[in-house]
Amino acid sequence: MIGASLGAAAYERAPEISGILAGAGSVEDTRPALLSAKADAILTLSGIGIAFGGVKALSDVGLEVKSGEIRAVIGPNGAGKSSLINIISGLYHADHGKIAIDGQSFSRVPASHLARLGVARTFQNLALFGGLSVRDNIASGRVHTRRASFVEHIARLPRARREDAAIAEKVDQTIAFLHLEAVADRLVATLPYGLQKRVELARALVAEPKILLLDEPMAGMTATEKAEMAGFVRAARDRHGVTIILIEHDIGVVMGLSDRVAVLDYGRKIADGAPAEVRADPAVIRAYIGTAEAEDGEGI
Amino acid sequence: MAVQALDAARLPIHWQKLALPAALIAVAYGLIPAYASSYLVEAILLPFLALSLAAVGLNLLTGYCGQLSLGSSAFMAVGAFAAYNFNLRVEGLPLAATMILAGISAAGIGVVFGLPSLRLRGFYLAVSTLAAQFFVQWALTKFGWFSNDNPSGVISAPHLTVAGFSLDSASGRYLLSVTTVIGLTAVVWRLVNSATGRNFIAVRDNETAARVIGVPVLRTKLLAFAISSFIIGVAGVLWAFTYLRTVEPAGFNLDRSFQILFIIIIGGLASIRGAFLGAAFIVVFPLFLSRLGAFVFGGLFDSGVLDMSQRIVLGALIIIFLIAEPNGLSALFDRLRRRIGSRSS
Ligand SMILES: Nc1ncnc2c1ncn2[C@@H]1O[C@H](COP(=O)(O)OP(=O)(O)O)[C@@H](O)[C@H]1O
Ligand SMILES: [Mg+2]
Repeated sequence: MIGASLGAAAYERAPEISGILAGAGSVEDTRPALLSAKADAILTLSGIGIAFGGVKALSDVGLEVKSGEIRAVIGPNGAGKSSLINIISGLYHADHGKIAIDGQSFSRVPASHLARLGVARTFQNLALFGGLSVRDNIASGRVHTRRASFVEHIARLPRARREDAAIAEKVDQTIAFLHLEAVADRLVATLPYGLQKRVELARALVAEPKILLLDEPMAGMTATEKAEMAGFVRAARDRHGVTIILIEHDIGVVMGLSDRVAVLDYGRKIADGAPAEVRADPAVIRAYIGTAEAEDGEGI
Repeated sequence: MAVQALDAARLPIHWQKLALPAALIAVAYGLIPAYASSYLVEAILLPFLALSLAAVGLNLLTGYCGQLSLGSSAFMAVGAFAAYNFNLRVEGLPLAATMILAGISAAGIGVVFGLPSLRLRGFYLAVSTLAAQFFVQWALTKFGWFSNDNPSGVISAPHLTVAGFSLDSASGRYLLSVTTVIGLTAVVWRLVNSATGRNFIAVRDNETAARVIGVPVLRTKLLAFAISSFIIGVAGVLWAFTYLRTVEPAGFNLDRSFQILFIIIIGGLASIRGAFLGAAFIVVFPLFLSRLGAFVFGGLFDSGVLDMSQRIVLGALIIIFLIAEPNGLSALFDRLRRRIGSRSS
């Protein structure tokens, strides 16, 4: 549930765009190692904190994502993973901290400009347009590229037709990429859950984002569907070079898929590194993996 | 699921989609003008056409864009009174221009009363559109200017002429009405099948998702209010100029707003055909009920009983539709056609 009223209220406030270029600051010049790390960071969160009523969903969380990597964020339910993605996509506004997206720094990301910033996302709970076909749902992912007015649409003037044709071509490519041909003209609400998840991925990918935020894309799927989805996520990165932030609560799923893994627990980042490192981290075992396996009398 | 079955059915349905409107247009311009009695035109077709158009307009806003409104009657009133005044005060203004200006006036008022939709939704939005209902009726009664200082706020339709031809006869008014309705319905049909129409549906189905993919949510809602009110405003002109011929502000009361809402619920939300089916039902149903009542109960079935029984049956039907067939007559119609189709093949 992304609080609709919260979203609507947030919408009215002007975005604070300070436009700091990542890596271009003079402070970093004295630290070449850090500079090189920052230079290819496409997304940087620093000091992010957010509370709902008394509940601190995130406290002082930092995250750095390099261009082209698959960056997993894992943690038990309620750890604050979705809140993090909602902050990056502008649906929640952090109480503290900054978000730098591809060189532009924000304390509040303007959700309505998200697509134009090159960010696309999926939702933990499906957020498709049930009254539209699969094809039209996917096409809506490119709505930010449209310029024609409603009059041009009604009269089917050249610009509207050109845009329709250009978008239809991208949609066809995405449908082929995700093997959705057989259901392309079905109403999306009539599809099984696993396919709906895939349509949502398609709607995000068709925008050709630089950064793709996936909130539990494999949740609730069968093992086969999970493997299939993991394949699509990897292929999206390999073929299109998109940077992916992958939220999962199941640590097993992300191990083989991600380049680096950050672990959240009770709103704090408790580990960050390569999958193998994170898996071996005692804090992670204690706080997260341990909870399940300690009951069997053994850790990892 | 039956993907292949659906695929096989697609071609003929697509063809039927064009065949049915074509047949209806042939009836509208061929059969009806030639054979319809003036009772049929005056008492059934003219109100049916005006209400259908109003329902098409409301369906755009409520059915497609998901913004519940109880202000339809107010927007009809704005259309009717604006047309009256443009016609009265601008020498030699063509009828088409009068109707377009009336629609634009209604669109302007619609956008103003649509502003709360940026913050409110559902029930709360519906309540705020009631403000339009009360404000417009109050303003039209309060300021004599709107009715050219008629003591009871009544306006009468002017002479209707297009390119020198008088359309004041029943068949002339019918032709004006049916042409307006067909023209605007075609526009709405193209709109809902365009990217703009899909933005409406996206905002309705998931506003948050619509926003993050870049649908301009605020602009889309206000556009829905504007276009919807334009169409409802023109429907108001038809109601006042072709059907009733004299109207007063009180004629555009909340009952009428509810009636139009019921039309789209019974006919089917987000369905243009549903607006027509629902309007036909609403217009014909009381006549049918009074005939039936008179037949069964004789003289006992007076107008008071008719009015009462009409409300009860209509209320019950709306509840039944909301529970059993939320997609309305339009969906029933589809199912019937599919059943007939599968039997004949
Ligand atoms: N819109 C909200 N309103 C109130 N509390 C919220 C809201 N969103 C998240 N929370 C709270 O923040 C905490 C983290 O939630 P969430 O980010 O959804 O965790 P995760 O995705 O890791 O399961 C939870 O305690 C949750 O109840
Ligand atoms: Mg979550």
